[in-house]
Amino acid sequence: MLEIIGKVHKIIGPVVQARGIVNAKMLDLVEVGEDHLVGEIVKLEGEHAAIQVYEDTTGLAPGSSVYSSGLPLSVELGPGLLGTIYDGIQRPLEVIRDSSNSVYIQKGIHVPPLGREKKWDFKPGIEKGAKVEGGEIIGRLQETAFIEHRVLVPPDVKGTVAWVAKEGSYTIDETVMRVAAASGAETEVKLFQRWPVRKARPSRGRLPLRLPLITGQRVIDTLFPQAKGGTVVVPGGFGTGKTMIQHALAKWCDADIIVYIGCGERGNEMTDVLMSFPELIDPRTKRPLMERTIMIANTSNMPVAAREASIYTGITLAEYYRDQGYHVAIMADSTSRWAEALRELSGRMEEMPADEGFPAYLPTRLAEFYERAGMFETLCGSEGSISIAGAVSPPGGDFSEPVTQHTKRFVRCLWALDRQLANARHYPAISWLDSYSEYVDEIADWWQERSGGEWMDLRHRIMDLLQQEGKLQQVVKLVGPDVLPDTQRIILETCEMFKNAFLQQNSYDKVDMYCTPEKQIKMLRVILDFYKLGLENIKKGANIHQLRKLEVHSDIMRMKFSVSNDEIGKIDTIREKLHKSMQQVAEMYE
Amino acid sequence: MRNGDGMKENKLMEGREYIGISQVTGPLVFVKGIHNVGFNELAEVVDSSGHVRLGMVLEASDGAAVIQIFEGTSGLSIPDTRVRFRGEPLMFGVGSEILGRVFNGIGQPIDGGPPPMIEEMMDVNGLPINPTAREYPRKCIQTGISAIDGMNALVRGQKLPIFSGTGLPHNKIVAQITRQAKIVGEDVQFAIVFAAMGIKHDVSRYFVSNFEASGVLEKVVFILNLADDPSVERMVTPRVALTAAEYLAFHENMHVLVILTDMTNYCESLREISTVREEIPSRKGYPGYLYSDLSSIYERAGMVKGFSGSITQMPILTMPNDDISHPVPDLSGYITEGQIVLERELDQRNIYPPIAGLPSLSRLMKDGIGEGMTRGDHAHIASQLFAAYSHVKDVRALAAVIGEEELTPLDKVYLDFGNRFEREFLSQGEYEDRSIFQTLDIGWKVISYLPKEELHRISEEELNKYYGK
Repeated sequence: MLEIIGKVHKIIGPVVQARGIVNAKMLDLVEVGEDHLVGEIVKLEGEHAAIQVYEDTTGLAPGSSVYSSGLPLSVELGPGLLGTIYDGIQRPLEVIRDSSNSVYIQKGIHVPPLGREKKWDFKPGIEKGAKVEGGEIIGRLQETAFIEHRVLVPPDVKGTVAWVAKEGSYTIDETVMRVAAASGAETEVKLFQRWPVRKARPSRGRLPLRLPLITGQRVIDTLFPQAKGGTVVVPGGFGTGKTMIQHALAKWCDADIIVYIGCGERGNEMTDVLMSFPELIDPRTKRPLMERTIMIANTSNMPVAAREASIYTGITLAEYYRDQGYHVAIMADSTSRWAEALRELSGRMEEMPADEGFPAYLPTRLAEFYERAGMFETLCGSEGSISIAGAVSPPGGDFSEPVTQHTKRFVRCLWALDRQLANARHYPAISWLDSYSEYVDEIADWWQERSGGEWMDLRHRIMDLLQQEGKLQQVVKLVGPDVLPDTQRIILETCEMFKNAFLQQNSYDKVDMYCTPEKQIKMLRVILDFYKLGLENIKKGANIHQLRKLEVHSDIMRMKFSVSNDEIGKIDTIREKLHKSMQQVAEMYE
Repeated sequence: MRNGDGMKENKLMEGREYIGISQVTGPLVFVKGIHNVGFNELAEVVDSSGHVRLGMVLEASDGAAVIQIFEGTSGLSIPDTRVRFRGEPLMFGVGSEILGRVFNGIGQPIDGGPPPMIEEMMDVNGLPINPTAREYPRKCIQTGISAIDGMNALVRGQKLPIFSGTGLPHNKIVAQITRQAKIVGEDVQFAIVFAAMGIKHDVSRYFVSNFEASGVLEKVVFILNLADDPSVERMVTPRVALTAAEYLAFHENMHVLVILTDMTNYCESLREISTVREEIPSRKGYPGYLYSDLSSIYERAGMVKGFSGSITQMPILTMPNDDISHPVPDLSGYITEGQIVLERELDQRNIYPPIAGLPSLSRLMKDGIGEGMTRGDHAHIASQLFAAYSHVKDVRALAAVIGEEELTPLDKVYLDFGNRFEREFLSQGEYEDRSIFQTLDIGWKVISYLPKEELHRISEEELNKYYGK
């Protein structure tokens, strides 16, 4: 398979120049030197080629051979992906650890991404003689307790089924079907297939977005919702909680499959996910979260070129499950590190830089990535989606930098993280004044149905109060709150309550870590009632301190902790108490 | 450790010597007409008087190489200089005898003692730790400093830098931590690896005498590259230090505290080399790979499965012009697990340690505190102190505009709380070692100056148990 296609000429960090290159294509996968370091051809010029190498090049010497199989960088797609942790080019890290018997990642290790020994119970769903096309389901197997793996015809295969395996146990290497093309040539179909990472997998077409991606995080679901198939960017300086939000999404969002890409981030954070996910229980399936999760870990000290590849690896795995008819959510933490990897590689190839040293093709690459998200009609005729949440780490927390700015052009939802909020340990530190979601109208029907048609109105009212409060706070900063009339102070008071009792969410509290949509609606209603009734009472002559001293005030403040998701009727009791207390205040002035 | 086949092949070339170099620019030497020289390989450059300097191959191509000379290039001439390639990257000889010894920035002993017994030669560049082999750090280190233990707890295996400024007492704080650091309920002493990068002799002496006074000198490895030592050497100083730490932690199963000071000087050296190599700069002239480079240092902290040792890192960096958005603190903050930020205003008001309440953060604190580790109320009281102190800052800003007299009665209470928090909780003596329980009790004492209704982040039971007690 492997042929020598040239010799190493020059080594500049992760970029290797080779010469004497014959018979190579752009983006071909190559192996460099006697260690067989994995790399990819990124530039061809006459008999010269530039190769980005996915492993550390220390010790590599000019004159070493470059090998190639003529295939592009691809991933293996099949059962066994779920619950596994890979590096940026789909090498299974746990297998590497056990086989190398070292806590470090050594160079030049070649391990297949999917286990070859494990047998899967395959149930064929197709008969001999049937016509099949790419993407069709030919059988099923149980990958984890709740995820059924649908075995697909590879997208480029078409013809008549010449033979299909009986129900039974097979390894992924065994042939389960043979397809005869019109020409008579037969193709073997196995339980797994390969696909180049830089090419989107085909589908029948895109569908409009209409379902929210429920995350159980109140500030997201109620104020700035993400849609299934939508894209969101989360920019924030260090310490503002990007990773916390990504973890919360990975834990609680109602996608079927999670692909978590740790791209150039901390090693301990990946370990945290690895240790906690097998123990955390999915609220919907009651199974460990790890059973629906695939992790890609390319930590900051791992080779920079593999970091560049990691987000493509991640999204290709996601597309494979989408093709089976699942809703997949991707967390990419952080896309800035990916962009920096691009910048580093571009600099080493001496390309002309644009903004802040980033290559001029940065926006094109970002667009290519984010456009692989969406709601699709799959080749097998069902519906599947890919949602992306990409974290951005702007230098100095300044959102005007190129990665944030370009990403904002290609996503439709922004959760801007605010340094002031993070400093006050208000988490999630999503700013209600700077964030937006363009998906509100598209997913409104789903919420309207669950709220008796009230959701849009409730959301609109609270957003309006927050805007008013933003303006009032500027006055307060200059002259203090005392000079404001009580009709305005009730706005400050309600927003303060909303921020503390609703927006802030404690991801370590057993009750508060996840909040159902129904609970969110009820909580929002109570807080808005407080405003409405409070304002009426103030107009009758009551003052703000009276309202703040009501016992029900502290009931509302604590309801996120005191009312669990399966007893939300208690919030109705709090609401009744609120109405009663407000009535009593009103009576004093009548 | 890092001997692939390519390296073994190169071993054959070991000892091959080339006479004459083609160009010298700053700390870089260009050699032509050579064969089979590997990237990152170690080179010995010998001048006409026979003096040997070490260097590292930065760029290797057919018949030519660029070598970065650690010691500097003064005195090198084009025709008389000889270059030998060693066929391996820079290695540091480790063994249990390195404890109590002093090395220069590239790992050669400089204390006049005999060379330490070497048990293993280790590549100073290290290798990335497999995330699946890491052990998640959970054991809280009690530093005896309230601002750290109470609100930004340090966890064994964490990398927690101190973001300081020139003239602030970061050295005192680090010395105090090294004196007082312990794990509650365990009787283990930390071994210390002290790496100096471009710091002054006085500062280095301060640490030496401190370690001496607390009787830990024989538990310290010094890797010193002082202000007047060659700046290029600084590029490997932290790597030599971390190689020593990795040996002690993962071969000798010791708990190691690594102090790297000052990371800003390290980054300056990196920028210097990058400029000489005519690389495309990103922010403020620093190379685009500064993040990756820093992470190859900071990520060498933590704990791994199968070994009981650990590496805890406390890098010190001075923020140029006290600017936390400068590339060095900014990129560091993105890699490290939190930061302890020192504030000049507190220092000027004579509050020691001047640890800024709000921008400081410990990311691993959440998993190292609570029932069974520190105390059940720890997380809530810390969160409440942060929230209240943040409000104090708002009130102070308001008071500066409208005057204290015009504040609401509640805001005046907050102002009072703020002052007490700074005087009683933050402030403590340089030799005052507070237990975690003392710290929490002081926390409750100051928070009790606020009315109960203001404390939304503390549960009812905790209020009943501790409020006003």
